[in-house]
Order: sequence, then structure tokens, then C-alpha cells
Amino acid sequence: MTVEVLFGLLGVVATGSALLVVTTRQMVHAALWLVVTLGAVAGCYLLLSAEFVAWVQVLIYIGAVVVLLLFGLMLTRAPIGASVDLDASMAQRLAAAVVAGATAGVLVVSLVDAFRGEHIALETDRPRGHSSAVGAALFRDWVLPFEVLSVLLLAALVGAIVLSRRDVSEPAERGVT
Amino acid sequence: MTAYVPIIVLGAIALGFAMFSIVAGALTGPRRYNRAKLDAYECGIEPTPQPVGGGRFPVKYYLTAMLFIIFDIEIVFLYPWAVYFDSLRIFGLVEMVLFIATLLVVYAYVWRRGGLDWD
Amino acid sequence: MSVFASPDVPGFGSDLPIPWWLLLVKAVAIFVFLVVMTLFAIWWERRVVARMQHRIGPNRVGPFGLLQSLADGVKLALKEDIIPKAADKVVFVLAPIISVTPAFMAFAVIPFGPEVSIFGHRTALQLTDLPVAVLYVLAVASVGIYGIVLAGWSSGSTYPLLGGLRSSAQMISYEVAMGLSFVGVFIYAGSMSTSQIVAAQTQYWYAILLAPSFVIYVVSMVGETNRAPFDLPEAEGELVGGFHTEYSSLKFALFFLAEYINMVTVSALATTLFLGGWHAPFGVTSFWAGANHGWWPIIWFVLKVLIALFVFIWLRGTLPRLRYDQFMRLGWKVLIPSSLGWLLLVATVRAVNAQYNLQSRDVLLYGGAGIVVILLLTFIPDLLATRPSEEPEGEPEWDAMAGGHPVPPMPGQSRPVLTGARASDDDDDLPTEDDT
Repeated sequence: MTVEVLFGLLGVVATGSALLVVTTRQMVHAALWLVVTLGAVAGCYLLLSAEFVAWVQVLIYIGAVVVLLLFGLMLTRAPIGASVDLDASMAQRLAAAVVAGATAGVLVVSLVDAFRGEHIALETDRPRGHSSAVGAALFRDWVLPFEVLSVLLLAALVGAIVLSRRDVSEPAERGVT
Repeated sequence: MTAYVPIIVLGAIALGFAMFSIVAGALTGPRRYNRAKLDAYECGIEPTPQPVGGGRFPVKYYLTAMLFIIFDIEIVFLYPWAVYFDSLRIFGLVEMVLFIATLLVVYAYVWRRGGLDWD
Repeated sequence: MSVFASPDVPGFGSDLPIPWWLLLVKAVAIFVFLVVMTLFAIWWERRVVARMQHRIGPNRVGPFGLLQSLADGVKLALKEDIIPKAADKVVFVLAPIISVTPAFMAFAVIPFGPEVSIFGHRTALQLTDLPVAVLYVLAVASVGIYGIVLAGWSSGSTYPLLGGLRSSAQMISYEVAMGLSFVGVFIYAGSMSTSQIVAAQTQYWYAILLAPSFVIYVVSMVGETNRAPFDLPEAEGELVGGFHTEYSSLKFALFFLAEYINMVTVSALATTLFLGGWHAPFGVTSFWAGANHGWWPIIWFVLKVLIALFVFIWLRGTLPRLRYDQFMRLGWKVLIPSSLGWLLLVATVRAVNAQYNLQSRDVLLYGGAGIVVILLLTFIPDLLATRPSEEPEGEPEWDAMAGGHPVPPMPGQSRPVLTGARASDDDDDLPTEDDT
């Protein structure tokens, strides 16, 4: 019971802060609320005894991806206080709400339909989230996706280089360094 | 999951201490208003009008963060691999060599394009 | 906390391995240990650096000045708590809390010693033992970066912003090297749990078996904690005080505390992963069998941490600060590739060893050869790449009216040879009264 209650609480925290991410008028605060959301999701993983995944979530998403976001914000501009010029129009907000609602609906319906009333017991003695269990699954059963992933990382970084190089070389051509 | 209860307790102690310090610091210190004191510190000169909003940063920082994500993901894959390595042996070695080789291509590309140079 | 005490859930509450009071005692002990270590390390640093600079250092407050850092803390509490006008108030207050809380939490998985009995309870001298302990430390440490980047941003001031950005870029760069240096340890220990890694080091310390990993870890731990010679975020000449320029009073003290706790944590991690943890140093067990039992291991642990802290202080007293480009080059172009190469070598040796049943002596031999090869390979391109490019631009033309003002020649520049009747008289390069 306790696990269910805690799980529900973390879910509420995740959803609530996710709403704040899109509604706050201060850009850096939005990034911080995103941290709270991702942290709550990590807590959910932890409750499901997926220890390894939970800390990977913290390390990668909180420790790297949102840091990248913050760098990106500060790269352009991250003013203190509300940024009114970023406010979306009413139509945009409506469209965004509709899209978000539809996505959530599809996910909820398909998940509820797929796992209706099914209970998966947590293996607390030697959980599936254990790092050697993850290792076994990843490097025995899912070798190909793992190798393909490296190509994905390659593509991502090449993209980043191309984007940033254009940014760097343009002022240089104009004679400003 | 009981292993995490002590961590929560330690975190609560640390959080309590930090919040207590912040409240105490506000209470124990003097309060003498001075307009200049509340300005941004810029070596005694008048602060520049818009230090943050207009300030832009080298795109290098963004690239560094991007590289960091790539290598962080690599590390995250290396850890379970290392823990499970004794069962995988040569097979695991070949897998990881292939993975790292792809990343080394990225790394070499970034190096060649000057992504690792700071000046 | 009563929410965890529900008896009907497996994994929570009732089957807590230790009673509540013992858990609290342990948590408070770690908290006190870290605060005391911080106060001690600050005093120690000031004394040792003073000795290295032929000074005396703080010696007035308490015996040998030991209470100096406590007095400084009280002094900070009595200073005015300033929040700048332009600051983002909420984040400004939050940043020191975000900085200091993960610093404390990271220590939860560090083993201080083996099982002892406290009031009849057998319990390990470790707050909690996670199977993913080292990953946990890395993850929690990465949360601490937020304290720095947010402190810099929320101050609403230029220098803190630059300092925060630099700091965080530096920390993420060296986190990669640090994370890679652990892989060799995991391969040998077959676990990420700190207690099992310590248990695996009864015979050989990984600092010896995996010497390159240890060297890479030591370099990156100094970079990760923003300490000299990698203290660029606090380069006074460029950035005033770095990300905490605008902080005063106990908020500043919290950042200070976080920095020193992080130092203690990375030292404790070095001890645990590479220096045998709480095991007694070599030779001690040969004449004293009880050295690894009971409460004695705490002494070895604290001793090793103090030695690591001394290395931090020693580095600060010895080395000048690096330039930012040198620092980044060291991280990205030397530490990361050599780390990757080394871990592939370790894996190869380990796999071949397991496949063909070689002796562990051979492993060490291959390892030793590998160290030399890797170090040579990484330094050769670095030496070739940098030296020639620096030489040609050594002597740029001296522009006597650069920027619209008459300026003297910079070091490396020489005055142009004057031609004409008067120039032949004064061969010396020094300016004289009539040399206009």
C-alpha cells in the first residue's frame, strides 16, 4: 500500500511540475520545474525497484540534458524575471492543450488497455533493475539496439557540430570574431 | 528499497541544516540599508545596464554540454557492461570495441573540426 | 517518516535491517563527521599552505588555532545577508541549499569500516549499501552542479554568471573522465557496490593494479571540485569570486561548506575505490591481526582521507593555475582518450585471462606495459601539435601607436631598427631622454 501511495504522490508531483514547466513565464524556472519532473520520474523508477535506471535518469536527464538546456538558454539569453515576449497567443495555447490532451489520452488508453488489472510483482530480493541484470539483458539479448545506439549518438553529435560551426563561422566571415 | 530510507534521513538532516542556516543568517546579521550595496558587484564601478539579458556566450559551452551527454551515455552503458564483464568475456569485449569505435569516429570528427579547442 | 513504517509492504518499513535509533545515530554521525572534517580541513589547509609559504598561519583561536574555522563561521553568521536588487530572489536563496544537500547525501554509501556491534546490534559502519552505489554518488554529484550554475545565474551580475558557466562546464568535462576511470574498478570488482569493491581489495589495492585509472581519477577529482590548479571559476584576476561573488553571510558559508564536503567525498571515494577502503595498509596486518576488525578500520579510513586531502592542499601550495584552454585540452584531449584506451586494455587482458587461464602476474605485466604505451601515445600528439604553432607567433609586429596611444613594446616584441644619422649612435635598446 505504501508503495502505491508514494507512487501516486510522485506522479502528482511529476504532473504538477510538468504543468508548471509550460505555464511559468520565467524561462530558467521552467528548466528547474523540468528538473523536479524528471526527479519525480526517477523516484517512480526507484519505487519499481529499477535502481539502475533511476540513477541513470538522474545522471543523464537531470545532470546532463537539463544542464544542456540551461546552457542553451544562457547562450541566447536567460533574463531574470518574466519574459512577456514569449507569451503564446490564445490560439496557440488552445492548440497546444489539444495536442497535449490527445497525446495523454492515447497513452493512457493504450496503457490501461494493455495492462488492465495486471499486477507485476516486484522482485525485491534480486531486482530486475540490478546493474548486472541490466548488463545481462543489454549485452546478451539486445546487442543490436545497443550497437545501433552508438550510430544515433554519432548522428546527434555531428548535428550539434554542424549547427554550432555555422554559428561560429558566420561572424568570422563578416570580419567580427 | 529499505536501503533508501537512510539516504532520505540524511538528506532531510542536510536540508534542515541548510534551511536553518539560511534563516539564521538572515536573522543574526545586521541590516543597514545602502543602495550601492544592493547593486551588482562590478569592481566598484557602476554596473552595466543589462548584464544578463544582452550577454551572449560562446557556442563552445553548448557543444561541451552536448559532448558531455554523449560521453555520459557511453559511461552509463559501460557500467553494467563492466559489472557483467566476467560472464561476457571476449564477446562483451567485441561488442564494446564496436560501440567505442563508433564513438571514437565522433570524437575524431569533433577534434578535427576544432570542437575541443578553447581559445 | 511513519509512512515507511507500514508493515504490509515488502521492501518498506518493518524489514528495515537496522532499528530506527541506530539509523538516526549513523546519519547524524555522518553529518557531524562531514562538518568536523570541513572545519578541520580549512584549518589544515591554511596551516599547511602557510608552512609552504614560510608563514605561520592561524594560531590564535584555540590550541594551534584549531578553532579558527569555527570562529570564521560565527563571524560569517554575524555579517549582513545581502540579496542583490537584480537577483532572482527565490533561486538565489535556493542555490546554496541545492549545493550543500547533495554534497552531504553523496556520503551515505561510503563504508567507514566492517561490521561492528553497537549496543548489541551487528551493523556495518556504512549508512546504506546500494548495489549501484558509485553510480549514485555520480548522479548526486551531478545535481550539485545546479547549485553553482543557478547561483551564477540568479545573482543578476556579470562575474557570477561567467563564473557559474565556467564552473559547470569544467565540472561536466571532468565528470566524464572521472566516470571512465571507475570502469576498470568495476571490471575487477564485478560490482558497483562500495562495500563489495572494498572487500575485493583485501589483497591488492586498485591504485596499484589499475594505476592509470587511479591517476586519471586523481586529476579529475581535483578538476571536479574546482580546486587549484584547476580553480579557474574562482580566478580572482578575471572573475572576482566566481559564482558566489554576490553571496554573503551564511549563504556564502554554505557554498564554502559544500566545496569542502565535496573534497572530502571525492577523497573518500578515492580511498574506497582505489586505496583499499578501510583496510589497513600493507604490512600492518602481518604483526597486528586485529587491524582490520572492530572499530580500528575507521582509523585507516580517516587516515587515507586525510592523506588525500593533504594532496589537495599540497597541489594548491605548489602549482599555478591553468589557463582555461589548457585545462579543457587536458580534460578532453588527454584524460578521456587515455582513459578509454586504458579501459579497453584492461578489458582485453581480463577477457584473455579468463579465456586462457593466465596467471594474475601476467595480467600485471601486461598492465604495466600498457601504462607505458598509453602514456607515450597520449603525450606524443599533444607535444607535436602544440609546440610548433606557438613558436612562429612569438614576435608580432610592435605597433607603437596601438589603440591610438603610444605604447611600449610588449615582452617578445622588439623596437624596429631605426635608420638615419641619429639611429646609428644609440645601439642600445633602452629609451633615453633624447630618444623621442
